[in-house]
Amino acid sequence: MTAGTARTIALGAALFGFWLVLSGHFTPFLLLMGVVSSALCVWIVARMEPIDETAVPLGLRPSLLLYWLWLGGEIVKSNIAVARMILARRISLLPRFILVPTSQQSDMGRVIFANSITLTPGTVTVETGGKALLVHALAESFSTSLPDMDRRVTAIEGR
Amino acid sequence: MTYLVAASAALFVAMLLVIIRAFAGPTLYDRILAVNSFGTLTVILIGMLGYLAERPDFLDIALLYALFNFVGTIAVLKFVRYRSLGRSAAGSGAEG
Amino acid sequence: MNLFIDIASWFFFSLGGLVLIVGALGMVRLPDFWSRIHAAGMIDTIGAEFMLVGMMLQSGLTLTTLKLLLIGLFIFIAGPTATHAIANAAWSAGEKPQGLARDDSARFAEGEKA
Repeated sequence: MTAGTARTIALGAALFGFWLVLSGHFTPFLLLMGVVSSALCVWIVARMEPIDETAVPLGLRPSLLLYWLWLGGEIVKSNIAVARMILARRISLLPRFILVPTSQQSDMGRVIFANSITLTPGTVTVETGGKALLVHALAESFSTSLPDMDRRVTAIEGR
Repeated sequence: MTYLVAASAALFVAMLLVIIRAFAGPTLYDRILAVNSFGTLTVILIGMLGYLAERPDFLDIALLYALFNFVGTIAVLKFVRYRSLGRSAAGSGAEG
Repeated sequence: MNLFIDIASWFFFSLGGLVLIVGALGMVRLPDFWSRIHAAGMIDTIGAEFMLVGMMLQSGLTLTTLKLLLIGLFIFIAGPTATHAIANAAWSAGEKPQGLARDDSARFAEGEKA
């Protein structure tokens, strides 16, 4: 089985799973309708653009889930820090634009890194480039964990 | 049940504060940001109402609203940037 | 067991509600657009997700929980994408923040040209 076939089947299976969750009925007729409509969707997607790594990212390692757990911890930490800033009697910010070098090989890896930066409050990706990201941070303390995050994203980026 | 009502009340307070920012501005991007956050809060509120009315079907509406909120924000940003929704972002300015 | 789930759900609701209100307060209180983005980030992450987890605990292992999980996953992925799109649009339109403690944007532009 080629990688393209695997991607097509994975896309169809994901769409059918989505149908099952939304419908909640398991009669044969409705299941058949689900299969037909997900097949139709796959056909339309294949006509629009090739089903490649960007459309169905099968290349990512399963440790993405572990990374999400770690990211959840980071999000909680920076939420507390931002909440403390908002609730302070006098708001004192030291905003800055910082350059964050990226070490990911693929576009998908860079997207995950940029999205993770935006997901943690206190840092927002403003502009993306080939070798670095421009990040707006509320204070110095928010940017200290970014090199560590970069390393972790590179580790989950597959092949 | 009581805490569902309390959580909905918290949502209403947050929505009120966010809509103040949407009206106050001052820049266009402040307003778009506020409306985007307002949409997220609306998704949670619709889900919450589903639990209060004991009708889980409301979650379908919440899911749809989440999708629409994202696409709507992107569409507004694209319109602000290119003054057109039909043009592709890659060929900026080339064709009408 | 039921009581335990109720307490956990109550915990997530109150914490999520608190974060939502603090984030919304930040949207009003913080001085400029660039700092308000971070307040919006609070609403999109902990605020929304904790409320959804609280609702998931209410319904247990059903299809409803699966739908909530889908909503949560979508907000988790699309939320920061929308935030980045807004920040990037403001940046491209020349919306510059005041009183920066450090500014690498010139160095970034140079690195992209090279």
